[in-house]
Amino acid sequence: MTATSLDLDGATRPRGDVALDVENLSVDIRTPFGTVRAVDSVSFTARRGETVALLGESGCGKSLTATSIVGLVDPVVDIADGAIRLDGEDLIGMSPKRRRAAAGPELAIVFQDALTALNPVYTVGTQLAEPFRIHRGLSRKEARAEAIRLMERVGIPEPESRVDSYPHQFSGGMRQRLLIAIAVALSPAVLLADEPTTALDVTVQAQIMKLLRDLREERDMAVVLITHDLALVAEQADRVVVMYAGNVVESGPVDAVFSTPKHPYTKGLLESVPVAAERGADLKSIGGAPPELSAIPSACVYQDRCPLVRDICRTDRPPLREVAEDHAAACHFSEEVSR
Amino acid sequence: MLYFLRRRSLTSLLPLLFVLVGVFVLARLTGDPTSLYLPESATAEQRRAFAASHGFDDPVWKQLLHYLQGIPHLDFGTSLRTGQTAASMALRAFPNTLQLAFATMLISVVVAVVLGSWAAYRPNSLADRISSLLSMTAGSVPDFWFAIMGVWIFAVILGVLPTSGTDNGLLSWVLPVVTLCVRPIGVLTQVVRGAMVSALSAPYVRLARSKGATDVRLVTHHALRNAAAPALTVAGDLAVGLINGAVVVETIFGWPGIGKLMIDSILQRDFAVLQACVLLTALSIFVLNILIDLGYALLDARVRETVKA
Repeated sequence: MTATSLDLDGATRPRGDVALDVENLSVDIRTPFGTVRAVDSVSFTARRGETVALLGESGCGKSLTATSIVGLVDPVVDIADGAIRLDGEDLIGMSPKRRRAAAGPELAIVFQDALTALNPVYTVGTQLAEPFRIHRGLSRKEARAEAIRLMERVGIPEPESRVDSYPHQFSGGMRQRLLIAIAVALSPAVLLADEPTTALDVTVQAQIMKLLRDLREERDMAVVLITHDLALVAEQADRVVVMYAGNVVESGPVDAVFSTPKHPYTKGLLESVPVAAERGADLKSIGGAPPELSAIPSACVYQDRCPLVRDICRTDRPPLREVAEDHAAACHFSEEVSR
Repeated sequence: MLYFLRRRSLTSLLPLLFVLVGVFVLARLTGDPTSLYLPESATAEQRRAFAASHGFDDPVWKQLLHYLQGIPHLDFGTSLRTGQTAASMALRAFPNTLQLAFATMLISVVVAVVLGSWAAYRPNSLADRISSLLSMTAGSVPDFWFAIMGVWIFAVILGVLPTSGTDNGLLSWVLPVVTLCVRPIGVLTQVVRGAMVSALSAPYVRLARSKGATDVRLVTHHALRNAAAPALTVAGDLAVGLINGAVVVETIFGWPGIGKLMIDSILQRDFAVLQACVLLTALSIFVLNILIDLGYALLDARVRETVKA
């Protein structure tokens, strides 16, 4: 057992249908110095009513995975391989028109920085009304009424008067609520939340996460939470997908992964969380730094920082294999990790 | 709003006075008009009488004081050339310039917004490169050269357009307007492209895309209004240049506007008319600047708040 201060939510709920199925997704970035693979054969599923966390440090490919799913990648990014199925329908081969039709009613994203994500020159009412105008063909008046209802639902006080305010007239937490309101407007099957609370202080963060969870239940959405915050994953997610250098190194139910990690990277992350009981002791950390995207080892991606590294790790890439029920890790020696 | 207008009027008064005094004094440095208006054979007595009747024998500061005293009574002096009041001559020429400026700005803005957005939609695409090359060239070509080439090709060789004047209806407009449009289109297209490239890559455009907005809607609805402020600044600047009298173009095409009137007045040392022209253009630039500021406020609520504050 790994000693952590993380609060584990062990309750298991009946699981809904698979809403999002990502299979062997590989994403390339074209740079002036050549093409690099930033996301490598990533697979995971998200079911309605559950929260799946994509956990990893900056540059591990978690955000790129999310933007590839919603189709908001930059022109220098190519989806090289794999499938992204939304309620069974592959998003990658979709026509732009079908894709636009799905954006909002079936798939939505909450961005990290709500100030820049909201258009500064339009009222929040206009921006909240837009999904209804585009997809439901509502009149301005009807869409405005929906916008007010949404604002009320996400907890913005006096929505009737605030509906005509501009984004800069709201606080950071309120702006994040507005972004969430836009994303859930049409009750999508899948909601991606890309570090939705990173820019907020801790109390607001808790409120926002509660709102997301409530909306998930109410609208039966699958939530994919992209984050680097272990505590957030422990509190909010049902399942976790740990990414490192563009690869999934471990995935499974949060309680299983956090109590018995089967990959040395996950274990290293958990051990680096400061624990109150060990006040005064040295903070543990993982030595070294993640590899550059252009220099990711072809064998085990974690070999250069791994305490368990042996010869095979430098020659063969470990496949992601099941180590317990619904719990998989990509390590040759996963049995030795949690001991 | 009223407060804003009052403040702007007061802060503009001083520069206006400064310009007026500057022009008044500088004009008189070009020499005494007497020798220009009287024949070579005029006697010294006649010269003195002419100078005295127009006040040219007074010291410059006295002439200036006299001129400034007339302004509150809307007396801007009389033309030496025509004997008409300077104000009536300037006011008669001004609409011609305004029409020219309006037509030019309308065409330039429309063309630049379309070209600039088209280029910005896919940066570094073929469309972008072609439009950049064209707009850079257009922005760099001197208008007198373009005007002369236009006259040479379309009026002299092909004979399809008049060389100058305003007597041929719409046809008279073609060469002056096209000539005047070239530089604004070039400059504005570059500005619109730059502003649109950054607006289109902004997070709010990504958010709009995630709502299922079409590409056209992203450009026209979400990006363009954000890109409008820098374009408005430059368009305002260009419009000021046009209202100021498109001196070169009006002269080449014999367009009876304020620019041509100003040049003629300088050459003829018709000081009162020159001063009236300068005053009128300065006033319209003042009005134009207020309109531009209102434009910013209209586009962006954040500006409205700073105006109120």
